[in-house]
Amino acid sequence: MILLANSLNIQPLNHPTENQVLLSVNGLTCIREDRILFEALNFSVCSGDVIQVEGPNGSGKTSLLRILAGLSQPYDGTVLFRGQNIAEQSDVFHQNLLYLGHLPGVKGEMTAQENLEFTLALQGNDSSKAEETLEKVNLLGFEDVLASHLSAGQHRRISLARLWQSTAPIWILDEPFTAIDKQGVTQLEQLFLAHAQRGGCVILTTHQDLSFPEDKVKKITLDYRFY
Amino acid sequence: MIPDQNLSYRSAFNLIIKRDLTIAFRHRDDIINPLLFFIIVVTLFPLGIGPESTTLSRIAPGIIWVAALLSTLLSLDRLFKSDHEDGSLEQMMLSPHPIFILVLAKIIAHWMVTGLPLIFIAPLLAVLLHLNENSYSALMLTLLLGTPILSLLGAIGVALTVGLKKGGVLLSLLVLPLYIPVLIFATSAIDTAAMNLPYSGQLAIIAALFFGSLTLAPFAVSAALKVSTN
Amino acid sequence: MWKWLHPYANPEVSYHFVGKLLPWISKITFVLLFIGIVWALVFAPADYQQGDSFRIFYIHVPTAILSMSIYMAMATAAFCSLVWQFRLADASAAAMAPVGAVITAIALFTGAAWGKPMWGTWWIWDARLTSELVLLFLYLGVIALHNAFEDKNLAGKAAGILSLVGVVNIPIIKYSVEWWNTLHQGATVSKMSAPSMSMDMFWPFVICFLGIAMLVTFVICIRFRTEILSRNGMRPWVRTLITAEGTK
Repeated sequence: MILLANSLNIQPLNHPTENQVLLSVNGLTCIREDRILFEALNFSVCSGDVIQVEGPNGSGKTSLLRILAGLSQPYDGTVLFRGQNIAEQSDVFHQNLLYLGHLPGVKGEMTAQENLEFTLALQGNDSSKAEETLEKVNLLGFEDVLASHLSAGQHRRISLARLWQSTAPIWILDEPFTAIDKQGVTQLEQLFLAHAQRGGCVILTTHQDLSFPEDKVKKITLDYRFY
Repeated sequence: MIPDQNLSYRSAFNLIIKRDLTIAFRHRDDIINPLLFFIIVVTLFPLGIGPESTTLSRIAPGIIWVAALLSTLLSLDRLFKSDHEDGSLEQMMLSPHPIFILVLAKIIAHWMVTGLPLIFIAPLLAVLLHLNENSYSALMLTLLLGTPILSLLGAIGVALTVGLKKGGVLLSLLVLPLYIPVLIFATSAIDTAAMNLPYSGQLAIIAALFFGSLTLAPFAVSAALKVSTN
Repeated sequence: MWKWLHPYANPEVSYHFVGKLLPWISKITFVLLFIGIVWALVFAPADYQQGDSFRIFYIHVPTAILSMSIYMAMATAAFCSLVWQFRLADASAAAMAPVGAVITAIALFTGAAWGKPMWGTWWIWDARLTSELVLLFLYLGVIALHNAFEDKNLAGKAAGILSLVGVVNIPIIKYSVEWWNTLHQGATVSKMSAPSMSMDMFWPFVICFLGIAMLVTFVICIRFRTEILSRNGMRPWVRTLITAEGTK
């Protein structure tokens, strides 16, 4: 386990713990534009979990992830981080959370390296590591290229690069494999497993089939509701 | 606080200022266009009203200030829009740094890019409008204290409308009523200066509005951003 | 102490409760307005200075006072919604906004109508009318912002933030407009003040005020019930209500 973590050169976690309940969800109800997406949802996320949220388009996967990250407010219900409501401790919760949404958060007017430096500094990590991290996502040689000259897949890689420097235990990733090639997908899957093994948790949605062993992944399935 | 994370108010503030200024300077249209708008609006008034210098010098403070208001309104859109569209705003909302500081830094960077050029150009335009000689210092001081208020209050409006499709049109309706007190006191200060009377009272009120909005507006902006990124 | 209020946080309970109140409010409104308007327009004495044109005062001043109070009520509801997350407070703020805007518009028009016989012009930039105009813009801003959002919950929160920002700004705007008005006071402009009232004029004024206030309450209650229905459209109790009404 430890060997795997070091070979990927990822950061040690804040307060690593064994089998602690990191996030728990009670009675979560989400209503968007008069349609109930899900109602009275209950589950918990422990350290070491890799959770895949699946369901058809429009079933509320992104909404669920955004509520878990604290970006959206649910209609009803609470999300607890280490037993306390995330709304009451947003500064502590944000220190322990990494969220990647659909949009990569990359500015066209800055170079790849400047973008990553900003992202790392914004999440409280060391921005001087930006250059070596770009190498990990196969963007060596593109550090000083303006992001407006890079492709969507390369934007996604810049956005994913922060995972290698993250010290946050909770990773919430919305379709992280978008525009990533097969090799990159494998690399990311290994990263997620390593993260789970050192005590973090990963909650993700994806339309692709994960090549994880069955016992390592828990699944939450959402149905499409008409009303 | 986690010891291996670098979190401090000053580093967060500097980070955002540096980033926003870098983006602004690489996208120079955003600086030039509102400035040109300011100049053109001021130029239109003599064409519409007539070149008679006594009339112009009487209404010059109002023209310059209204043009400054409109030009700031035009430039406010860029405060949050592009960050919202590419996902950077969400990341800022989830940052361990307090949102208050990030928002304040963004607004100050915005003012540096749009308000400061206005302040420098204004005396030249005042010459075009035959502004009374005694009023120049009042003009500069009111603009110096007043344009940050415009950026701060305008940021509230932009934060509320950034998620909407046609938000720009709505922005003027939301923000212009809030600008009325600054407008009234600034033009009054400039008029009073023209009569060689002391205008420190009006300046004090504008300064009070400035400090009030400096401390309170970022809270309203943060709350509004939470609604808009929902 | 406030436990007796707790059931009313449920939309269904509030819907039916307000429904029960409505017939009473409408009856009181009708009585008060009828008495008030007839007394004010026909029986009250004409002002010795302004003559019969003074009678518009009985409509103008109540609507002006109410336009401010409705904004205050809306801002209070917005505060309750944002700070304590009362879900119904959003619905009530949305119910109040258009009513407040219309009352402000009525105050503006009656004020202008009062102005024509007095000063000979339809509009004058005096402190009160200018403040009413700015208040109208604040109302329109809240309504427009609310309508611009697709999701009603977000709309309520955004409009709530704007109402609170407006409430903080209203005293500042009022003060600065009054100050601006004294600055630019021309020789011809007189203050638009109500003359000191004799008892003959006081009672019709009070009854008109109460009548218009009850009318406003009546309209807001109807709108409140509509807002509750539109926000809870997917709930079973609304569905049974719709099907029950439909078969009548």
